[in-house]
Amino acid sequence: MSNHVLLVEDEVNIIEAIRFLLSREGWTVDTHSDGSDAADVIRARKPDIVILDVMLPGRSGFDILEELRGDAQTADLPVLMLTARGQSRDREMAEKAGVSRFMTKPFSNAEVLTAVRDLLYVHRQST
Amino acid sequence: MTSLNLLIAVCFAYVTFLFGVAFIAERMGVRGRAGWLLRSPLVYTLSLSIYCTAWTFYGAVGNAARSGLEYVTIYLGPSIVIIGWWFVLRRLVRIGRSHKVTSIADLISSRYGKSNVLAIVVTVMAVIGVTPYIGLQLQSVTLSLSIFSAAGDASVTPDTDNPGGLWIAAGLALFTVVFGTRNLNANERHHGVVIAVAAEAVVKLVALLAVGIFVVWGIAGGLSETLARIDASALGTWQTDGSRWATLTFLSATAFLCLPRMFQVLVVENDDERHLQIASWAFPLYLMLMSLFVVPIAVIGLEVLPEGSNPDFFVLSLPLSQGREGLAMLSFLGGFSSATSMVIVATLALSTMVSNHVVMPVFLQLRKGGATQSGDVRNVVILSRRLSILGIIGLGYVYFKASGGSGALAAIGLISFAGVAQFLPAMIGGLFWRGATRLGAVTGLATGFVIWMYTMLLPSFGPDVVLSDAVFSTGLFGLHWLRPQALFGITGMDPTVHAVFWSMTLNALVFALVSLVSFPLPLERLQGAQFVNVFDHSAQTRSWNATVAESEDLMIMAQRILGADEALQLFADEAHSQGLPGHLPEPTPAFLQRLERVLSGSVGAATAHAMIGQIVGGASVSVQDLMAVADESAQMLEYSSQLEAQSNELSKTAAQLRTANNKLMQISAQKDAFLSQISHELRTPMTSIRAFSEILRDTEGLGPMEKTKYASIIHTEAIRLTRLLDDLLDLSVLENGQVTLNRQTGTLGDVLDQAVATARAGASRELSVKRRRLDEAITLDTDLDRLSQVFINLITNAAKYCAAGNPELRIVAGQRGDAVVIDFIDNGAGIPAGARDMMFEKFSRIGAQDSNGAGLGLAICREILTRLGGSITYRDGTGGTAFRVVLPQSLAMAAQ
Repeated sequence: MSNHVLLVEDEVNIIEAIRFLLSREGWTVDTHSDGSDAADVIRARKPDIVILDVMLPGRSGFDILEELRGDAQTADLPVLMLTARGQSRDREMAEKAGVSRFMTKPFSNAEVLTAVRDLLYVHRQST
Repeated sequence: MTSLNLLIAVCFAYVTFLFGVAFIAERMGVRGRAGWLLRSPLVYTLSLSIYCTAWTFYGAVGNAARSGLEYVTIYLGPSIVIIGWWFVLRRLVRIGRSHKVTSIADLISSRYGKSNVLAIVVTVMAVIGVTPYIGLQLQSVTLSLSIFSAAGDASVTPDTDNPGGLWIAAGLALFTVVFGTRNLNANERHHGVVIAVAAEAVVKLVALLAVGIFVVWGIAGGLSETLARIDASALGTWQTDGSRWATLTFLSATAFLCLPRMFQVLVVENDDERHLQIASWAFPLYLMLMSLFVVPIAVIGLEVLPEGSNPDFFVLSLPLSQGREGLAMLSFLGGFSSATSMVIVATLALSTMVSNHVVMPVFLQLRKGGATQSGDVRNVVILSRRLSILGIIGLGYVYFKASGGSGALAAIGLISFAGVAQFLPAMIGGLFWRGATRLGAVTGLATGFVIWMYTMLLPSFGPDVVLSDAVFSTGLFGLHWLRPQALFGITGMDPTVHAVFWSMTLNALVFALVSLVSFPLPLERLQGAQFVNVFDHSAQTRSWNATVAESEDLMIMAQRILGADEALQLFADEAHSQGLPGHLPEPTPAFLQRLERVLSGSVGAATAHAMIGQIVGGASVSVQDLMAVADESAQMLEYSSQLEAQSNELSKTAAQLRTANNKLMQISAQKDAFLSQISHELRTPMTSIRAFSEILRDTEGLGPMEKTKYASIIHTEAIRLTRLLDDLLDLSVLENGQVTLNRQTGTLGDVLDQAVATARAGASRELSVKRRRLDEAITLDTDLDRLSQVFINLITNAAKYCAAGNPELRIVAGQRGDAVVIDFIDNGAGIPAGARDMMFEKFSRIGAQDSNGAGLGLAICREILTRLGGSITYRDGTGGTAFRVVLPQSLAMAAQ
C-alpha cells in the first residue's frame, strides 16, 4: 500500500517537479488545480497528506484549509502549505488556519521530501 | 364803560395768576408734595376741557343761532368717545405709556416702525390743520376786546391792527416757553401747564354758567319764561339734516382723538389709566354744563340784540347790552381762558412734534457725529423746542393778520377738525390691525390730506383767492368731475359733508389697500404686534417688585441661564443676607437689580431685563428693550454662526484628512498587494527553475529525454522571468515619467507588419490576422518602437487568450481628423463586463491563470499610449474581444 499525496497546485511546471520527486519516493501523487472544489476533492479522495498552494484560482488555500480543519473527518489531516508570496503575514495566517507545515517557494527539493516524510510519520503515529 | 386799559390790566393780572398757579404746581411737583392734586382724576378731567376753545365758548351760541340744534354734535362726539374709553382711549393711553409716546406724530411713526418720514408728514399736516385755529383764538380774543371797547356792539369786525393780538401772542408764547420747556424728562409731562389749564377750565365753566343764569333769570325772567320763548323762536323748528349730524358727530369724535392738543392732555399728560374711568362720566358732565345755556342765550340774544349783531359773541354782548360790566368781564375772561388754554397746549403739542421730528433730526444730520454728550444735546433740544413754540405762535399770528378775520368761527373750527381727522385711519388702523403698513399709512394720509385741502381748506378762502372761480364751476383742468365741491360729479351734498366723506373714505380706502399689498419691515411688524397686543405684555408701570412665588420662577430661570449650582449659590447667599432660612430670598428690588446684572453677564443686558420683566411683570418690555434683545440675539447668532463656520471648517479639514488618510491606506494596501503580487510572479518561475535544476543535479540515471524536457522547462521559465522583469522595469519607468520618447517617422502599415511578425514568433498558437493595407497608409510621427510594443502586446494577448477553435484577429485602421484609430478585434468570447474595469490595472488577469503572463501587458499599453497622447479602450458589442487604440498622428500634437 503506497502513501497517497494530493497536490493542489495550478502551476503546471511545479506540479511536474513535485510529482517527479514524490513518485521516486514511492508516493502515489494525485493532483488538482482548482481551488473552488478542492475541499470536496480532498474529502472524496482521502489522501494521507495534502500539499496545498495558497494562490489558487477560485479559492485561496487558507479558506480551503479552514474548511478542512472545521470538518472532523479532515481535522487532523497533515497539510503542507506552499506559498509564493512569502510574507510573514501569510505564515501567521497559515498557522491560524491550522497548517501542519508551511513552506515558501522556491523550495529546495530536499526540504519538501523531509517535510512530507515528517508529516507522514506524525500522521501514522496519531492514527 | 370799561376802558380798554382796565381790561388789559385784568388780562395781565389773569395771566400773571396763571403763571403763578403753574409755577407753584411745578414747585410742588418737584418737591413731591400735593401729589394728590397733581395726579387727581379731577385735574385730568378739567384739562380735557381744552376741547372747548373760544369756538365753543362763543361759537356754540352762534352756531345755535344760525342752525339750531346742530351745535350739540360738537359735544356729542367727544362724549361718545370718552364714554366708550374702554375701546380706544384705554389702548391709546396704555401704548402712550409703555412706548413713552410724546405726540400723535410720535405715536403714528412709532407704530409704523419709527418712520421719520411718517412723523414729518403728520407734523406738517398737524401744523397746517391747527395753525389757522391758533390764529382763530387770537382773533376771538382780539374781537372780544374790540366788542368790549365798543360797548357791546357785536356787529364790529375784528381789527387786526389792534396791538392786543400781538401782546396776547407774545404773552402766550412766553408762558408756553417757560412752562413747556422747563424739564425734559422722557415722559414729557407738564404739571404746571396742566394745572393752569385746569384752572382755566373752571373759569370758563363758571363764566358761561354765570352768563346763562343771568340770561335765563335776569333777562328772560325765569325758566318757564325762557322755555316758552324757546318754543316760540324759530330755532327749534329748523330742519336738521341727518347726514350733517352724522358727519359732525363723527368729525368731533375724531377730532377729540386726533387733535394734537387733545392727544397731549389725553395721552401724554395722563398719570394714571384709572383717571379715564372718572373722566368717562365727569367730562361729558362738564360738556353738558357748558352746553346747558347755549340755546337760551342764542334765543334771547336773537330777540334782545339788534339785527346784524354777530351771534358768535352773544355771550359777551348780552351782559354788556344790559350794562352788566362785571359779568361781561367774567364772560370775557371765560372766552380768554378758552382761547389761551387751547393756544398753550396746542403750541406745546405742535412744538414737541416740530422739534422732535423736524428740527432735531436735521440738527443731528448736520452734526454727523451724532449725540455724543447728552448735556450738549439737551441744550439743543430745549433751544429747538423754544424756537418751535415761537415759530408756531408766530404762524398763528401771521394767519390771523393775513386772514383779516374772515369766516365764522365755527367754519374754521370744522375745517381744522376735518384736517386732523385724516390721522384717524392710520392711527386706529395701527392700533387694531397688525397688517397696517407704513406705506399704507403714508399714502392714506397724503390722499386724505390732498382731498381735504382741495375740497375744504382752499375753498374756505373764497373764490379767486387760491382756487379760481373757474375751478369751482368747471373743475380742475376743466375736468367736470374734479369740482372741489362736487367730486365725481356728485352734487347737492353739503360742502362739509362732501369734503369729509370723500377725504375720509378715500384716505381709509387707500390706507387699507396699500397696506394689503405692501410688506412691512421687521421693525414695523414688531411694533405692530406690540401696539395691537398692548394688553398682553404691558402692565401698569411700577418698579421691580415681586412675590415669593415669583422668586421660584426667577430661580428656575436663573438656573437655566447660569447653571444649577451657581444660581442656587446666588439665591442662597441673598436669602442668607436677608436673614431668611432656606434658599429663596425675598425678591427685593435690590436683589432683582443684582440678579439682572449677573444674568446680563450671560445673556446680555437687554435680554436679562426682558426676562426678569417677563417674570416679575413689572415694567412693560418696550420696543427699545426688544430691539436690544434682537440685537443681542443677532450678535449671538453671528457668534454661533462663526462657531458653526469654524466647526464646519474643522469637519471639512477632518474630512479632507480622512480622505487623505483613506487614500494613503489605499495606496499602502495597493503597494502591499503589488509587492505580494510581484513576489508571487517572480517566485513562481523561480520555483520551477530551482526544483528542476536540483532534479537535474541530484537525480542519477535521468534519461536524455527527461534531461532535455527539464532543461527546456528551466529555459522557458527563465525567459518568462526575464520578460517579467523587463515589463516591470518598463512599467515603472513609464509610470514615473522618466521615459524618453524616440520620435521617428513611418507608416502605420510598417509598424503593424513588424508587430505581427514579432508576436507570431513568440506565440504558441497559430493566429490568423486580417488587415486592409489600404487603410494603413498613414504616416506617423511618434515613438514607433513604443507603439509597436503596444501592438505586440495586443496581438500576443489575442493569440494567447482567444478561445475560438481557429483564432482570428481583425486589425482595422482609420483616421479621424488628426487622430489615428486602430481596432483589434478577435473572434473570441470577449471579456466579461465585470472584469473590464480592472483589466488595464497591473497584474489583472482575466479568467484562468496563464503560465506566461503576469498581467502587466495592458497596463503597459495604457501607459505607453498616455505618453503618446492617445488612449486604449475596450470596445463593447463586436462579438469578440476588441481593443481600440487612438493616438495623434504626430507627437507634436500630443504635447499641445
